[in-house]
Amino acid sequence: MRNFNAFTLAREALRGHKGWGKQWRSPEPKKSYDVIIIGAGGHGLGTAYYLAKEHGITNVAVLEKGWLGGGNTGRNTTIIRSNYLYDESAGLYDHSVKLWETLSEELNYNVMFSQRGVMMLAHNVHDVQSAQRHIHANRLNGVDNEWLTPQQAKDYCPPLSISKSARYPVMGAALQRRGGVARHDAVAWGFARQASAMGVDIIQNCEVISIDRAPSGEVTGVQTTKGPIGAKKVGVVAAGHTSVLMEMAGVRMPLESYPLQALVSEPVKPVFPCVVMSNAVHAYISQSDKGELVIGAGTDSYLSYSQTGSMHILQHTLDAIIELYPMFSRMKMLRTWGGIVDVTPDRSPILAKTPVPNLYVNCGWGTGGFKATPGSANVFAHTIARDEPHKINAGFTLERFRTGRLIDEAAAAAVAH
Amino acid sequence: MLLIHCPYCDETLPEPEFAYAGEAHIDRPADPQQLSDEEWRDFLFIRTNAKGPHYERWRHINGCARFFNAVRDTVSDKFLTTYKAGEARPDLAKLLEGQK
Ligand SMILES: Cc1cc2nc3c(=O)[nH]c(=O)nc-3n(C[C@H](O)[C@H](O)[C@H](O)COP(=O)(O)OP(=O)(O)OC[C@H]3O[C@@H](n4cnc5c(N)ncnc54)[C@H](O)[C@@H]3O)c2cc1C
Ligand SMILES: [Zn+2]
Repeated sequence: MRNFNAFTLAREALRGHKGWGKQWRSPEPKKSYDVIIIGAGGHGLGTAYYLAKEHGITNVAVLEKGWLGGGNTGRNTTIIRSNYLYDESAGLYDHSVKLWETLSEELNYNVMFSQRGVMMLAHNVHDVQSAQRHIHANRLNGVDNEWLTPQQAKDYCPPLSISKSARYPVMGAALQRRGGVARHDAVAWGFARQASAMGVDIIQNCEVISIDRAPSGEVTGVQTTKGPIGAKKVGVVAAGHTSVLMEMAGVRMPLESYPLQALVSEPVKPVFPCVVMSNAVHAYISQSDKGELVIGAGTDSYLSYSQTGSMHILQHTLDAIIELYPMFSRMKMLRTWGGIVDVTPDRSPILAKTPVPNLYVNCGWGTGGFKATPGSANVFAHTIARDEPHKINAGFTLERFRTGRLIDEAAAAAVAH
Repeated sequence: MLLIHCPYCDETLPEPEFAYAGEAHIDRPADPQQLSDEEWRDFLFIRTNAKGPHYERWRHINGCARFFNAVRDTVSDKFLTTYKAGEARPDLAKLLEGQK
């Protein structure tokens, strides 16, 4: 693998960018691996990267039924923040934000992490109280988050309407300045490129159709559309399809899969300087480097694997966007799409060992796991390599749904990305 | 947008008239005092999350307001049938045959 730097860039610029070559290998699967990761989204590829980089485990395959990064990693609105309420969540998401801060250098790949600030609007008394509770809890955990008055919110984001007669009046906002956005594909590609260079086999168009277990119960490999592949350990990192895969190993999951939709506008000049979220009205928005407004909606109400959702959900979001930012009322929307998100009852992820020996699961990120990509991958690699969780993910077990020790971000935030 | 048939009103109406209400045929424990932690977990949190035909509840919230059940394919989002609350699970094989 050739490093990207100013010199290689200049040289390629002079010869018409003809010498870049493939950024990762596309090998045929070997007979067996030390570790198989199912799902080549950001979390799966990152797990393979950290297994190789931090634990010296390079005999690893990442199996992907479609194309790398084609799941939720390539479909999300890329909001990154760590101002979650509970200690466990603050620990996990802030670990991730810290990794984001140096990820481009670490991967020698520009993931375009931009800490432009994430502002979460409060529209009613309950929102104000909940935001302030979050701010206090975050500060105790060393996570930055501050309260803005409506005028301060408008100064930070001039397109925002703070009119008192608005249907969703802005009563203030919580601002995490270290929050922001990153380039979704670049994260998957950057992890893939480095993992591949360290010996990880990334195998696309290879769907896992069953999971093999020995008579004594432990996992021994998988059956795929490219034939059987043996494995000492298997990690399931399949987002919306986790229940389907875990069922293959006889484990029923506390998950439901829902469509989540987003849309982008035509590209325009820079008008929107930060990320703004409104949990109460299910609208969140930022502007991409290409100039498109990137707008996210709430989930559809029903379980689905169809990767599409209902139109009225998007309409509801656009109603709110136009109320909050009247200047966008005549913008044209270019594209809409959906992804399938795996939601847990407490809206916190599961990053853990499973009742089946040698089988590990990383799932339940629901509507908000992009931000966690490097942090999740980092501690999940640790969990697989050592067969025990890192202290950062120790609470994110499957067991918690039996013991009742939930990490109830659902009740805390109602919805979160 | 889904079009949903309410078996009480006997009308097929747009999705915003309805509220999704989760997996169907999950019975409340008859004797909650006797449940183990595992059984509580299964009742409260574990779901089939089927890819394909799924038994689920809907409520005609902006109509007759009654709960009813449905079988819907979660890949195509197509309803195979809807039926009144309290009726037995329809036979899947027959429903799928009817689709052909
Ligand atoms: C519209 C939308 C907006 C979002 N906005 C945000 C946001 O602003 N901020 C945020 O933090 N998060 C957001 N999210 C959530 C975020 O996208 C996900 O939590 C995160 O990307 C999950 O990454 P992943 O690697 O676990 O899953 P994925 O990227 O979905 O990867 C899982 C992979 O597993 C593969 N797979 C499935 N079954 C099999 C099989 N049998 N065999 C082989 N491979 C299989 C899939 O093809 C897929 O590529 C959003 C999601 C959506 C859909
Ligand atoms: Zn009705």
